[in-house]
Amino acid sequence: MTAPAPPTPLIRISHLSKGYVRGGQAIPVLLDIDFDVMAGEFVALMGPSGSGKSTLLNLIAGIDKPSSGTIEIGGVDIAGLSEGQLADWRATNVGFIFQFYNLLPVLSAFDNVELPLLLTGLSARERQARVAAVLGLVGLSDRADHYPGELSGGQQQRVAIARALVTDPQLIVADEPTGDLDRATGEEVLGLLDQLVHALGKTIVMVTHDPKAAARAGRLVHLEKGVLVDAAPAAH
Amino acid sequence: MFLLKLLLKNAFRHKLRTTLTMVGLVVAICAFGLLRTIVDAWYAGVEGSSSTRLVTRSNISLTFPLPLNYAQRLRAVEGVRQVSWANWFGGVYITERNFFPQFAVDPATYLPLYPEYRLPDEQKLAFFRDRQGAVVGRKLADKFGWKLGDAIPLRGTIYPGTWTFTLRGIWDGAEARTDESQMLVHWGYINEAIRQRFKGRADAVGVYILGIDEPQNAATVGRRVDALFANSLAETMTETEAAFQLSFVSMSEAILVAVQAVSFIIVLIIMAVMANTMTMTARERLAEYATLKALGFSPGFVVRLLFGESLLIAALGGVAGLLLTLPLAALFRSAVGTLFPVFQVSGLTMALQLAAALGVGAVAAAWPAWKMSRIDIVAGLRHV
Repeated sequence: MTAPAPPTPLIRISHLSKGYVRGGQAIPVLLDIDFDVMAGEFVALMGPSGSGKSTLLNLIAGIDKPSSGTIEIGGVDIAGLSEGQLADWRATNVGFIFQFYNLLPVLSAFDNVELPLLLTGLSARERQARVAAVLGLVGLSDRADHYPGELSGGQQQRVAIARALVTDPQLIVADEPTGDLDRATGEEVLGLLDQLVHALGKTIVMVTHDPKAAARAGRLVHLEKGVLVDAAPAAH
Repeated sequence: MFLLKLLLKNAFRHKLRTTLTMVGLVVAICAFGLLRTIVDAWYAGVEGSSSTRLVTRSNISLTFPLPLNYAQRLRAVEGVRQVSWANWFGGVYITERNFFPQFAVDPATYLPLYPEYRLPDEQKLAFFRDRQGAVVGRKLADKFGWKLGDAIPLRGTIYPGTWTFTLRGIWDGAEARTDESQMLVHWGYINEAIRQRFKGRADAVGVYILGIDEPQNAATVGRRVDALFANSLAETMTETEAAFQLSFVSMSEAILVAVQAVSFIIVLIIMAVMANTMTMTARERLAEYATLKALGFSPGFVVRLLFGESLLIAALGGVAGLLLTLPLAALFRSAVGTLFPVFQVSGLTMALQLAAALGVGAVAAAWPAWKMSRIDIVAGLRHV
């Protein structure tokens, strides 16, 4: 009898560097980062402003390109993908949760959640069923026809979470998901993220400044001046 | 379908802004259409010309008359089917502001050359019988409220004295472009009176109108006519009716060019205004376009979204402008009276109005669409 194969990480980052050139001067943002995230993990990226945590999240989400190194997600080196390939990859593999929700104000909650499904080959009926299911999951079935302007901040963030979930991606990236919410609402949203990890097995990488929010994650990753300084389990 | 829904909602997101942009477009497209129609009206005489009619006039100038006896010789020219003549009468009805063209013609030969003047037979007959009679176009009759039997006094400028004509007929144009703003009187009556008062001025013809058998023979017949009178005391110049009319239009060509230039400048101005609106709109929605791209929508989707919105606003403004042009043109037509014999918004003008509106929409969206399609997602998401 052979031993079961060790679980492979969902995200495998090696020798990742990112820098910008401003006014002819090279500004390093991330320096030689090596970092893995297992499937089903909830990772919080923390660090002071300018530490590179958002840049790292953007690179993992495939909305930015590294200067060097590799980012393998689900076995695909997304650093080597073209813009078009990256767009297709994001559509099926990543769910986004932003600090300011980034919902389209002219679309209802239902339509906002349906957006990512328009890039799939699903029929209208299938899309409707999926949107109804995820809105139910975030507790907003009765607000499907409401526009973002008619919803509270917490409700808008829950719509954004439903939108991130609707294509059933393995990876969800969240950039300060509670940054614009009060404490109680933030707690609700974090509870929902917890649920995604534990009940649905999603992998979440979250950037946060809030130690309480970070404490909900399974692992904390600290960045300072573009360097990974600590990757410890979160203290629950 | 989703694209249409989103662009419709986006287009009317800022109702005031969209409405003001559309009002600007409506005004511009309307002004463009009206100015083009004015230019068309100037050319209406040319457009309404028959290809089977030639005009023979003095080779020196239109103000120099030709002898009446040329008529007989013209009839003998090969290719000439009919011959008639006309003199510019130049009378004033009450005041100079009531200007309208009057021609002294030989009715029996003139009217058959102009079948587009639809005159009832009994009115035609009444005109033929009454040497002091006159016929007018419907538009002219309507303008002054003339009825059959009315006496129309004209103060002569070329032919001195007061001439009173009795209205014997009112013609309707066979087509919309047919001139209905003229008055025709008997050349014979005028000539007789002139002979009595100014003997030397009698039997003089302003222009001869020749009906030819085939339009393609126009140049040949014209050359034959002019050759016939070459080296005579009154040499002729024969040209097609269209060329004859065009010679009048060319006198005011500079004005027409200016009017056309203004019509295009108006479109350019609204293009700049709308481009500014679309650029502002795109900038405001930077984060939304970045979000769409982050979710996996292609840059092409963003381009279609912006172009669609701009074209939708432009099309709505264009159609509204086009629809408004028609009643405004009618209003203008009634206001200017017989100044323009034909004042009609042509199909080509309407098509150009729509094309101009869509062109404005497309050009206005080009820069913001290009810019937004290339937007860096990370930078765009930071824009809240």
